[in-house]
Amino acid sequence: MSDQPQLFKVTIDNITIEVAPGTSILEAARKIGGDVAPPAMCFYSKLKGSGGKCRTCLVEVSKGSEKDPRPMPKLVASCRTTVMDGMEVKNITSERVVDARAGVVEFLLLNHPLDCPVCDQAGECHLQDLSYDHGKAGTRYEFQRRTFKKHDLGEYIQLHMTRCILCYRCVFTAEQLTDKRSHGVLDRGDHAEIATYIEKSLDNDFIGNVIDVCPVGALTDKTFRFKNRVWFLKPVDAHCSCSKCSGKVTLWYRGDEVFRVTARKDQWGEVEDWICNECRFEKKKTSDWTIEGPRVIDRASVISQGHYVGVQKPKETFEAVLDGRKPRLFMDIHSVSGVNRPDINLSLIEGPAHSDDFDRVTKKD
Amino acid sequence: MGVKLLLEKAHVEGIRTYEVYRREGGYRAVEKALKTMGPDAVVEEVKKSGLRGRGGAGFPAGMKWSFIAKPEGVPRHLVCNADESEPGTFKDRYLMEFLPHLLIEGLIVSSFALGSNATYIYIRGEYAWIPDILEQAIAEAKANGWLGKNILGTGFDLEIYVQRGAGAYICGEETALIESLEGKRGNPRIKPPFPAIKGVWERPTVVNNVETLAAVVPIINMGGDEYAKIGVGKSTGTKLISACGNINKPGVYEIDMTISVEEFIYSDEYCGGIANGKRLKACIPGGSSVPILPANLLLKTAKGETRYMNYESLSDGGFATGSMMGSGGFIVLDEDQSVVRNTYTLARFYRHESCGQCSPCREGTGWMEKLLKRLLEGKGKITDIDLLWDIQRKIEGNTICPLGDAAAWPIAAAIRHFRDEFEWYVTNPEESQRRNYGLAHYADPREVVA
Repeated sequence: MSDQPQLFKVTIDNITIEVAPGTSILEAARKIGGDVAPPAMCFYSKLKGSGGKCRTCLVEVSKGSEKDPRPMPKLVASCRTTVMDGMEVKNITSERVVDARAGVVEFLLLNHPLDCPVCDQAGECHLQDLSYDHGKAGTRYEFQRRTFKKHDLGEYIQLHMTRCILCYRCVFTAEQLTDKRSHGVLDRGDHAEIATYIEKSLDNDFIGNVIDVCPVGALTDKTFRFKNRVWFLKPVDAHCSCSKCSGKVTLWYRGDEVFRVTARKDQWGEVEDWICNECRFEKKKTSDWTIEGPRVIDRASVISQGHYVGVQKPKETFEAVLDGRKPRLFMDIHSVSGVNRPDINLSLIEGPAHSDDFDRVTKKD
Repeated sequence: MGVKLLLEKAHVEGIRTYEVYRREGGYRAVEKALKTMGPDAVVEEVKKSGLRGRGGAGFPAGMKWSFIAKPEGVPRHLVCNADESEPGTFKDRYLMEFLPHLLIEGLIVSSFALGSNATYIYIRGEYAWIPDILEQAIAEAKANGWLGKNILGTGFDLEIYVQRGAGAYICGEETALIESLEGKRGNPRIKPPFPAIKGVWERPTVVNNVETLAAVVPIINMGGDEYAKIGVGKSTGTKLISACGNINKPGVYEIDMTISVEEFIYSDEYCGGIANGKRLKACIPGGSSVPILPANLLLKTAKGETRYMNYESLSDGGFATGSMMGSGGFIVLDEDQSVVRNTYTLARFYRHESCGQCSPCREGTGWMEKLLKRLLEGKGKITDIDLLWDIQRKIEGNTICPLGDAAAWPIAAAIRHFRDEFEWYVTNPEESQRRNYGLAHYADPREVVA
């Protein structure tokens, strides 16, 4: 048994798991999965040195280890804290964590433009998911938001700095995938920005991966910008023999047309294999690829909308529930309310209902 | 007169030059340490002295030194943190400008203790004229055999390099300083690993404040036990205080940590009382990032005991009714000063200096500044005060480095102790733009000094 590495026992939200020494709390929590896994906006398991910056993955360590059971005084970034044997971690079971996380979400959204309706990332945006899961409905921020000019990073990539949350993922990607990093962070504080200093284009065979690692819509694919919404597209796994990369990609179809090519992303939104620019931007015909089959997308994701398999029609229809009436507006399903009086039959109104219609019906009575 | 260990010779003419410094007994500590003591004995001596880090956190220096990893074949480094950028703090500047050889001497002894053959002084970019003074002193020391190869025939080699910063407050945080020293963007690192394990170029590193390293000289000269007798409790030795604000005699003072805050402010030996015959309203006792205290809590603790100028007494009562010794930047506010304006100025500073790496600090500091600006202009709402409180609460403790805490504490303390003044800015928007809040009940109860 001596060649077997010793495993550490960690308890996260009262679920105990055994992991190898050197594992971070976040990775241990991801092994458990579900809500126990803290959200991560900046950590990327495939990028060395990433993490620790966004503070969304903060957790409470209520017991340091078996040897030293003292709790850690501050919340710690789970992505950069390694587990100890006997460690006890509280994530969603800690009020402090939930409170701090809501604060972090508020901070992240403070200067975010919330232009989701025109943002290409909408639907696969980590910030959208994060604010939906952990944020508050309203903002308390009453000042002008920080804005930047759009920045052109060459032929394929558009930088929309206003949306950036400064996760540094693209900086790490460029540093670790390309031979010469030509972009980074300029300035500091809340006016810090990702930039190439003098409108320099990023040209490297693997630079397109910065689009995939960007958790928000700050770095977008210029060959896909404003072409379609991700939830109208059907993801299909495909591969090709590429001399530069693994050639394993996801094609995004609408009808017969390939709208975009991305790397395959796992359930944590992380790229499985990096792909080269040629595969990403140039090969947009079905004939370029060998199709493997549909990509499995998390059911909760908006991308799955309309792609459900085996969904059954409910037996009761609205007509049956509403005594034969065919509602045109859903507010009609409440039979009595201030707006919606039973004496007005919306099914009788032609076209979209309007306040005049209500008046007219009332006057007729 | 209190004991003077560091500034004792500060007024000797020509003390900046090697000849005068040596004549006045300089470099004795190097001789003693290198010839008669081993590196471990020096560390032991510093441990015995109870010397606490003078940069702000007050962590025992000897303890920090003993944490340094000593892997075989890996060089170790000592870095002197001269990036003194905390508003209100200027003690290191004084020390480096007038007693450069004291720092060099301290660096040689400390490098010997830690086994560093290449020691760096990372100096604040705005101190543009001081690197020249230090480099001159280094050249003189080298010419006289105190630096270079085989110092005093002991086989110990040492080079000291001066590295200029580029004017970022954040580079005073030790890991950001290390990043900057390596030529990178000055972003604090995520700890662990701590610098004692992986610092400059992934090598074990100790980062110490200028004053801490200078204090090693008297410790070696007089012995750790003797040094520990000065001061009180765990606040041993002397501390440099840079006093500024509405006082008669702003400047750098060396105190032995047994005097009371009242004596420090009012005695002629030190600050010489509040300027222009005004009364004391509040004070930030340890540099801009420590909590502000109103006069009544400054002179006496919440228990009614006299407050002294030392680590324990100043932090008595925690953050609820106490503050911190910090870096020794003593900022005094008289009755005419507006705490709201003061808080806004600090918030603006921290917003400007936040590195932008982690979200709570990057976004939170900007938000707090905007809210405070609105309050100061008389356009604030009463709910803004609670909002500020909530923002600072969500920044504090949730950031990578202590800058987030440093930005949150002054605002928390200002609201805690001076909430009515913030409210007055909201309820009397027009009047607040014409005059300051009537502050009689904050002021020090003693008679107006004529």
